[in-house]
Amino acid sequence: MDTDAVPDLNLTAALEAVSAARSPEQLAELRREYLGKRGVAARVKETIKSLSPEDRPIVGQAVSLFTAKITEALDAADAVAGPETIDESPIDLTLRGHGRKRGHMHLVTQCRRDLEDVFVSLGYQVAEGPEVESDWYNFEALNFPPGHPARAMQDTLYVDLGEPEQVLLRTHTSPVQVRVMESQTPPIYCVMPGRTYRNETLDARHSPVFHQIEGLAVDRGLTFGDLAGTIEAFTSAYFGQKVKSRLLPSYFPFTEPSAEFALSCVFCDGSGCRVCSNTGWIELGGCGMVDPNVFRSVGIDPEEFSGFAFGFGLERMPMLRYGVEPIKTFFDNDVRFLTRY
Amino acid sequence: MRAPLSWIREFAPIEAEPSAIAEALDRLGLEVEAIETPGREIVGVRVARALEVRKHPNADKLSLVEVDYGDGTTTVVCGAPNVVAGMVVAFAPSGATLPGGFTLEKRKIRGETSDGMLCSARELGLGDDHEGIMSLGEGSALGTDVRDVLGLHDVVFDLSITPNRPDAMSVIGIARELAAHFDVVLNISEPENTTAGSRTADDISVEIEAIDACPRFTARRIAVTMGASPVWMQQRLALAGMRSISNVVDVTNYVMLERGHPLHAFDLSRLPGRGIIVRLAREKETLTTLDGVPRILTPVDLLVCDAQGDGQAIAGIMGGSQAEVQTSTTEVLLEAAYFTPMGISKTSKRLGLRSEASARFERGVDPNGVLAASTRAAQLLIEVAAAQVAPEPIDVYPEPVQREKISVRTARVNAILGLDLSAEWIKDSLTPLGIAIEVDATLDDGFIAVAPTYRPDLEREIDIIEEVGRRVGLDEIPRTLPHTTEQGGGLTVRQRERRLVTDVLVGMGCSEAMTVPLIAPDDVAAIGLDPDCTVRASNALRSEEPVLRPSLIPGLLRAAAYNAGLSRADLALFEVGHVFLPPVGDELLPDERDRLAVLIAGTVRRAPVELDRPVDVHDVTEIIDALSVALELADLRLEAGPAPGFHPTRSAAVLVDGESIGHVGEIAPGVGERVGVGRPLVALEVDLDALLDGIRRQRTFVPLSRFPTSSVDLAFVLGDGVSAGAVQATLTATGGELLEHVYPFDEFRPGGRSRSVAFALCFRAADRTLTDSEVAEVRQECIDAVVRVHGAEFRT
Ligand SMILES: [Zn+2]
Repeated sequence: MDTDAVPDLNLTAALEAVSAARSPEQLAELRREYLGKRGVAARVKETIKSLSPEDRPIVGQAVSLFTAKITEALDAADAVAGPETIDESPIDLTLRGHGRKRGHMHLVTQCRRDLEDVFVSLGYQVAEGPEVESDWYNFEALNFPPGHPARAMQDTLYVDLGEPEQVLLRTHTSPVQVRVMESQTPPIYCVMPGRTYRNETLDARHSPVFHQIEGLAVDRGLTFGDLAGTIEAFTSAYFGQKVKSRLLPSYFPFTEPSAEFALSCVFCDGSGCRVCSNTGWIELGGCGMVDPNVFRSVGIDPEEFSGFAFGFGLERMPMLRYGVEPIKTFFDNDVRFLTRY
Repeated sequence: MRAPLSWIREFAPIEAEPSAIAEALDRLGLEVEAIETPGREIVGVRVARALEVRKHPNADKLSLVEVDYGDGTTTVVCGAPNVVAGMVVAFAPSGATLPGGFTLEKRKIRGETSDGMLCSARELGLGDDHEGIMSLGEGSALGTDVRDVLGLHDVVFDLSITPNRPDAMSVIGIARELAAHFDVVLNISEPENTTAGSRTADDISVEIEAIDACPRFTARRIAVTMGASPVWMQQRLALAGMRSISNVVDVTNYVMLERGHPLHAFDLSRLPGRGIIVRLAREKETLTTLDGVPRILTPVDLLVCDAQGDGQAIAGIMGGSQAEVQTSTTEVLLEAAYFTPMGISKTSKRLGLRSEASARFERGVDPNGVLAASTRAAQLLIEVAAAQVAPEPIDVYPEPVQREKISVRTARVNAILGLDLSAEWIKDSLTPLGIAIEVDATLDDGFIAVAPTYRPDLEREIDIIEEVGRRVGLDEIPRTLPHTTEQGGGLTVRQRERRLVTDVLVGMGCSEAMTVPLIAPDDVAAIGLDPDCTVRASNALRSEEPVLRPSLIPGLLRAAAYNAGLSRADLALFEVGHVFLPPVGDELLPDERDRLAVLIAGTVRRAPVELDRPVDVHDVTEIIDALSVALELADLRLEAGPAPGFHPTRSAAVLVDGESIGHVGEIAPGVGERVGVGRPLVALEVDLDALLDGIRRQRTFVPLSRFPTSSVDLAFVLGDGVSAGAVQATLTATGGELLEHVYPFDEFRPGGRSRSVAFALCFRAADRTLTDSEVAEVRQECIDAVVRVHGAEFRT
């Protein structure tokens, strides 16, 4: 079935005319011409009753098809060209549903990513390890022999596996250093973020769980100057150029020389305030050159390679940067806090 | 360690200001926790004598004390039990000011007027002792300003000493460090072995049965006249935070503070057999220490016993009460010994008993400084306790500890520190610390450093390098950056994808929680897991929460409960973290896995734009789908079925490549209510690594067909237990390459009968327009497959 039987209904020409039309006014004109009361389709339809009974259905179907196709084409063209009039009933775009939209990453995760990115840009990789560790990885391989007084500095949470006090919840991320050195050959430039534990009850100032990030570099010719420079590089990358860092001698069994590093107080710019106890400095973490005993316990020759390590608490960073306190806030999971950052 | 500046200056004539000295101490690694000037805020506190002590008429625990303060007498109310008539005390009259800026006023206490107060050591800013009124001892005129008597114009450095530095637990040790730093001479005169006033030869014995734990023991027999120690000694003890007890005990403490060597004085008359045996304790042996507590011992504990073998002191930690020096004592046995650190540390830790002595012995005192300490004490006892001292002590020291000889290479020092120091500079920097230098001809570019035995931390070359670093100043070392060119930094694919997972969850409206991984057994049981099949902490401070979580869900439920308590019941939380399952096989460590869990609760608020609705399982399944899309997983499906903690008929296993990696669905009824979280509550928990291990979709490009599509709608009546997902999978498989996409668009249950699900299928061929007959053929194949595989009924 087509319209060819009715020469007046030139569908092809009509469709070309519709597709050539550009403006809403032209389309309205064509609609009148083809489909209006005095239009082409109406005029042909007028003629039907004068036709023979056998021709009537043929012409009738041709008119229906013409009308349908042209209507479809004009409607589509109208939609593109735009209607002649607009619906002016307003919609208030400021009226919004209250429901959840986008969620929030935990502030500690944000901080961890920021720091990982800083270290990645300094040429470091990222490693992780288990949270339940053996005494060997948490203490012994790190040059804490049994009964060493430095062990008493850590409130260790032991796990009911193996011999008594053989398995524990890691007290620091440093066991990952040992695992990395066991499984990789130098040069190693690696940061190790993760969760650590202390035998504490969650209250305003204590938490049984917190996060640390630890850095380890093992290479030929690394010096204490490289360690100090690295600490300066990442603290200024995270806190900004005006923050200064300071290193004071300290003691950790797995590094020597060991130091504690501090930042110039971000609250008073070093002039002294309540947060920094008027010292102008805020202690951030510990660091030092990897102790030769640690290298020996993982089979790295301390004469060939030297290295440095540093670590600090992740929660401290947002505490310093945004004033979050107390530490319990990080683990209460109050949605007002979780959705604040 | 509290070190008064005047005492330090006795050994090192440093002229620098206290603030400069504090800075130097920090630089040396002797961390200054506080600089105290106890007298700064004290005004008007005077020396006075208690003339009479009467009971307060209206209060049992108070007394009325009449005091003579030089210019007159007055009465104060006092609560301390130790005040007695005749005692010389620090009297703060009304109008006087104490540390903290607190000014006293005349006031009535239980009806009696108190014209000020008598001060404890703590009230004068001298340490923590507030058990009683401070006794000043004789010798000061009544009315004198106590600041002069107590030396309160002094500055005290409160230092935090690291465990490797026993030497810095003494005034001399601190003075040595400062003398080196400020380049002044250290004046320590070795005490001469005086025999002044000696009257008897020794008739006491010393026997060491445990030489490993006690390599050296010296004993001196000293006749004493008990009394109060002089004011100057009390002053220094007070400034150092110690209480004055008696002249003899004060001398032992004074020498300990000065030289870092703890001493102990036994009342010789109460030491049966007039001798000492040092031995390990027997199992369950008990000893009452001088704090009155009976201690139950084990064979790792070392005892100092009398000659009959009865324990009289826990060696190096605390004396026993039996032979404690008291006012009636006339003769003492003065112990100066070297106990090895490990044993002291173990016993002290096991008994939970820490003392000034144990803090020093467990760091390691100088085995070769024992005799000097004993001699110094004897010297002081002659001075303050009219002592008569036996000429030579008994000294059992079979194997003297030798000084460590350490080879040091100049190049190595510079290589570690990143400096360019000369050998001469290095040697010169070490000698003020007591490190002797010897030449070693076999060393090209180095020398031998001979460590003093008061520095047991110096054993290896690296220990000497650290000393050089401290002398340079660690903060003075020029800062450089390593050349990290050989390895590029970066995250692994797995690490980037883990970040992606978090990003997807955040994008889906969930906020990240961090919950404490130690939970209660009941929380484990509540989600249908066996609390006996878990890993536990053996010494958790919160003993009711000893379980290392086997699932993230209990923690998220607790977080939801916390927020419900804050009227924040609508929430969507997720956590990524480790769970701990019992060790696999004969592994030592638990089967520790990374999990991802989501918990969504309450109402999805859309009003007034759309209708509010309670959360439902689709809120979590859409997260699964989003993860699948983001990770481009080839085959992630849900398979209906029950799971622990989940609703029996509204949950499903999450299958990746056909393997279950976790569950999703509605939380079982009652689980949330138990902790105060209302329903509806939906969750998912999957193993993160198993998720990321999933096979990924092919990324090969498929040319985009330009031929028209043919749409077909198919509806099936599905029996119970037939899931729409399974039917969809069958349609996908049957439709093959021609099927561009398929999705369910309708579900209904006609009049209680089995449900009907309708799917929209869209067919398109890559290379041609599909003919009606081709479409009809593949349509029929799809119908047949669903009917055959799922026993479904096709609805026409
Ligand atoms: Zn500040």
